[in-house]
Amino acid sequence: MTDAVIKCDSVYKIFGANAKKMLQEANGNVDAKTFQKMGCIVGVNNASFEVAKGEMLVVMGLSGSGKSTLLRCISRLTDATDGKIYIEGQDLLSLNNKELIELRRNKMGMVFQSFALLPHKTVLENIAFPLQIKGMETEDSIKKAVDMVKLVGLEGRENYFPRELSGGQQQRVGIARSLAVEPDIWFLDEPFSALDPLIRKEMQDEFLRLQEKLQKTIMFITHDFDEALKLADRIAIMKDGVIEQLDTPAKIVLNPATEYVKKFTEEVPREKVLKIEDVMEKPNNENLGDLKVSKDEIIENVAEKILTQEKSVTVTGEKNKIVGTVQPSKIIHTVFGGRRNNS
Amino acid sequence: MELLKKYPKLFQWLFLLIVFFALCFSIDVPETYKFIRGQAEFIKDPNQSTYTLFGTEVRYYAFDVLWRLPPLLGWLPIWVNDTLFFLLNEWMPMEFWNEATREYKTRPLVLQITRNITAFMTFLIEFIREILLGGVETVVAFTSWDFVSTYRWAKLPGLPWTIVAAGAAILSYKLSGKGLAIFAGLVMIYISVFGQWKPSMQTLSFILVAAPLSFAFGLSLGIWAYKSKRVEKALYPILLTMQTMPQYAVLVPAMVLFGIGDHAAVIITMVVAIPPMILLTLLGLRAVPPEVIEAGKMSGCNNFQLMTKVLVPTARRDILIGVNQVIMVCFSMAVIAAFIGAKGLGWNLLLALNQLNIGLALEAGLCISLIAILLDKMSLAWANKQEDYFGNLTFFQRYKNSLFFAGALLIGIILSYAGSFYFKEGYNYFFEVPHNKGISTADFWNKGVDWIFDTFFVYIKAFNTWLIVEVLQPMRALYLRMPAVATLVLVVGAGYIIGGIRSALVVGGLALFIALSPWWDRALVTTYMATFGVIISCTIGLTVGTLCQQNKYTTKFMLAVCDIFQTFPSFVYLIPVMMLFGVTDTSVLIAVIVYATIPATRYTIEGLRSVPAGLHDAASMSGVTKFQRLINIEFPIAFPHMMLGVNQTIVFALFMVIIGAFIGTEDLGQYILKALSDKAGGGKGLILGICVAFIALIFDNLIRTWVQKRKKHLGID
Repeated sequence: MTDAVIKCDSVYKIFGANAKKMLQEANGNVDAKTFQKMGCIVGVNNASFEVAKGEMLVVMGLSGSGKSTLLRCISRLTDATDGKIYIEGQDLLSLNNKELIELRRNKMGMVFQSFALLPHKTVLENIAFPLQIKGMETEDSIKKAVDMVKLVGLEGRENYFPRELSGGQQQRVGIARSLAVEPDIWFLDEPFSALDPLIRKEMQDEFLRLQEKLQKTIMFITHDFDEALKLADRIAIMKDGVIEQLDTPAKIVLNPATEYVKKFTEEVPREKVLKIEDVMEKPNNENLGDLKVSKDEIIENVAEKILTQEKSVTVTGEKNKIVGTVQPSKIIHTVFGGRRNNS
Repeated sequence: MELLKKYPKLFQWLFLLIVFFALCFSIDVPETYKFIRGQAEFIKDPNQSTYTLFGTEVRYYAFDVLWRLPPLLGWLPIWVNDTLFFLLNEWMPMEFWNEATREYKTRPLVLQITRNITAFMTFLIEFIREILLGGVETVVAFTSWDFVSTYRWAKLPGLPWTIVAAGAAILSYKLSGKGLAIFAGLVMIYISVFGQWKPSMQTLSFILVAAPLSFAFGLSLGIWAYKSKRVEKALYPILLTMQTMPQYAVLVPAMVLFGIGDHAAVIITMVVAIPPMILLTLLGLRAVPPEVIEAGKMSGCNNFQLMTKVLVPTARRDILIGVNQVIMVCFSMAVIAAFIGAKGLGWNLLLALNQLNIGLALEAGLCISLIAILLDKMSLAWANKQEDYFGNLTFFQRYKNSLFFAGALLIGIILSYAGSFYFKEGYNYFFEVPHNKGISTADFWNKGVDWIFDTFFVYIKAFNTWLIVEVLQPMRALYLRMPAVATLVLVVGAGYIIGGIRSALVVGGLALFIALSPWWDRALVTTYMATFGVIISCTIGLTVGTLCQQNKYTTKFMLAVCDIFQTFPSFVYLIPVMMLFGVTDTSVLIAVIVYATIPATRYTIEGLRSVPAGLHDAASMSGVTKFQRLINIEFPIAFPHMMLGVNQTIVFALFMVIIGAFIGTEDLGQYILKALSDKAGGGKGLILGICVAFIALIFDNLIRTWVQKRKKHLGID
């Protein structure tokens, strides 16, 4: 794929004194437990994937699964032990310090779990910080920062210090700061994990709104499976440094690749995740009713309508083209039956 | 057996005490023993034994090894002295260009280096001093004497006090606001009206050189240590020793290297002020959250930007405490450095104390304290200053402060010019109030002291006698009665029980160094005085702290009081106690108690305050009374932090005991003071200082190790 913005090719990150040597000896066959005995901790184990332009990849895993480490490898906050990472075709690991700084100044933005705002700077100064680091005039950078403040809806608090803001507001500043340089690639490391559930939901919606507008290439880290389902174009589920499965939310819910992934999917309400296209059958002309639904509808939203029908429902794709049919019984099966079948 | 398993530590301690007392009672005091002022004296006495090491003959009074160890390190001070002398006068002679005589001259390298540093420091001090007080030497340094004598205007007249006062007020206003401006103005007016202008400006010029230099060096070294593990490892033990070393002790070697005068004072001040600055910088940088560093990196900072724009500002809180420490040390050194000829308030204070003119000493001391508080507040305000991006300021608003200063400059000059016509008798009060022409309240204070002394003499004397005869003398005798071996066993045992083998080795090594030095007896006296002070200070501090902590307002009030008291240079504490108790051990001890109570109180309050609110609620819901809560919940949780306070109390107490030597004590401090006037005192002063530092470090190590374990055990950190 040529339009991959981020491309990882069997990336390893192993912490420990002689990690490199041990990795060579293991010959690509890394086992976390044996490494641990030798005093090494496996952070990322053979990660290969691509993120396309404008795509949002959510990396999901519990604490210690290596998801943050993976992100730090890709932003090169730590150096990967082995493997290749390409950012827009550029070999990240071969960049020298100066090139790396250039890359970060222009292409990357990052949001942190604990917000990581500079405590001695006001909201405006925090947002203007990356611009000033780049060498922009103070006045221009402040002007730009004022725009960013509007974008994240913090008007009126420009001169507050981070300690005077609530968690949600602080993270808005963090988001604004990471977007100030208009990066192409946006890294978010558990940005909403430190927030209250209500604020979290609000921030997620806000985030989706922003992404719709900005269309960045995103790597989003979370330990919350629901959050992943809600936001992701594709989800990568990690365990012990290994990517267990990387797929769209629907496919992960329908076909969990491993037992571990299955545990997450069990409690997920399917109707909220699956779209009509995930359950439809090939178009046939028998026994069709009048109702037409789009293949991109989430089942939950149209289930009531479909279930009042006796006949099958026509599914339409782009430009109202018929792409398939759905029987009401299939919907009933998905909503109520699927869970038992899977368990 | 059950009990033994349940409280293993308790039995270890019991066992240690039993061994200790058994040793004490089984080893008899040798008949020939009397308090040894100093082993390894040069006095020849037929009773002395001698040994020779490294070509140095050491004489000492030999006792049973169990009673007092022979001073095997007695050669060390002599050796240090000889080395210093050698380095300064003989090592690496080189050709150096001499500008004055226009020829090459052969000089040892170290001597040349120290002379260059001296010249540099002298230049800086003179420069600031001449701006404030007037003079010609700076102008001469850039031109020549001929130039100055040809052009009379080249003589700097110095700023009239009105301008400096206005300048200070305007600067304070700019930094903080009205409150500080008024305070600054009042301080300056007080200084001037009381005729302390000249010495104050001399002190200020010395501090304006020492403080920024210490800050810069401390910050850079701190950053370097943060970046390199190796540097940190090399620096750390030196820093710890330096921090606990009494300031007196540095005087002597510095005097040997740099001679006497203001420049030497600046250098010593830097030596004392830099270590806390380094430590606090390091501490602050360490505490910067990793995510903030990452955020900086992801914003595209290069290493330099990361340090200056992210790390240092984020660590600002600790670094500011460092600045505060630097300023405090500078002012306390302003007095101590007077011993080696630093001019200014400190000199006046010492002089006044020597003449027992308490009133004068009080005025000088107050001046020092006021300037210290002012500078402290100003530096704090400067660091917290915030920039305003939205103000669409007019020309006047933007340059308001500069305009005001220009106005003040003009008015000040006109005033002092007019004053030269108005005041005919030769003193221009609008320019400078001479030292002896200001208002002085000295007489009032002196009379007051006399009155107190006359009125309460009987009671004070009775108290004094009681304290010395009934408490201090027996305590001192007890300490001196300890055989060296018993003391060492106690120290090593405590180290082992608290921190395991590692602690035992460190602590034992430190104690052994003192035991092998020629001043074990004096060290015991120092320890006894410090112990007495610490016990009383901790009792007072704990009580006051606990009581104040019960109420929000008293807590605030007490912390503010602690802040102010901490700002006073340590020497100032001697003034009131000398007023009341004259020149006795009691005076020193009371000064120690007052001084050392500050950290005890502060840490008690902080410790109690750090108990989580959730625990309070949980306790209240279990139905405890206030008193039960204090005993069962707050004290156990706050205790580790309070122990850190005890640690500080010990360091403070030792400091004051050593400074108390000025009044007259029989401990290590007295000897350090003596080394000042000793031609071969450099080595002695240094080793004595190290001995005092080691006493403090023994306690420091034990307490810190214990606190760490305890905190881990309680799960607070």
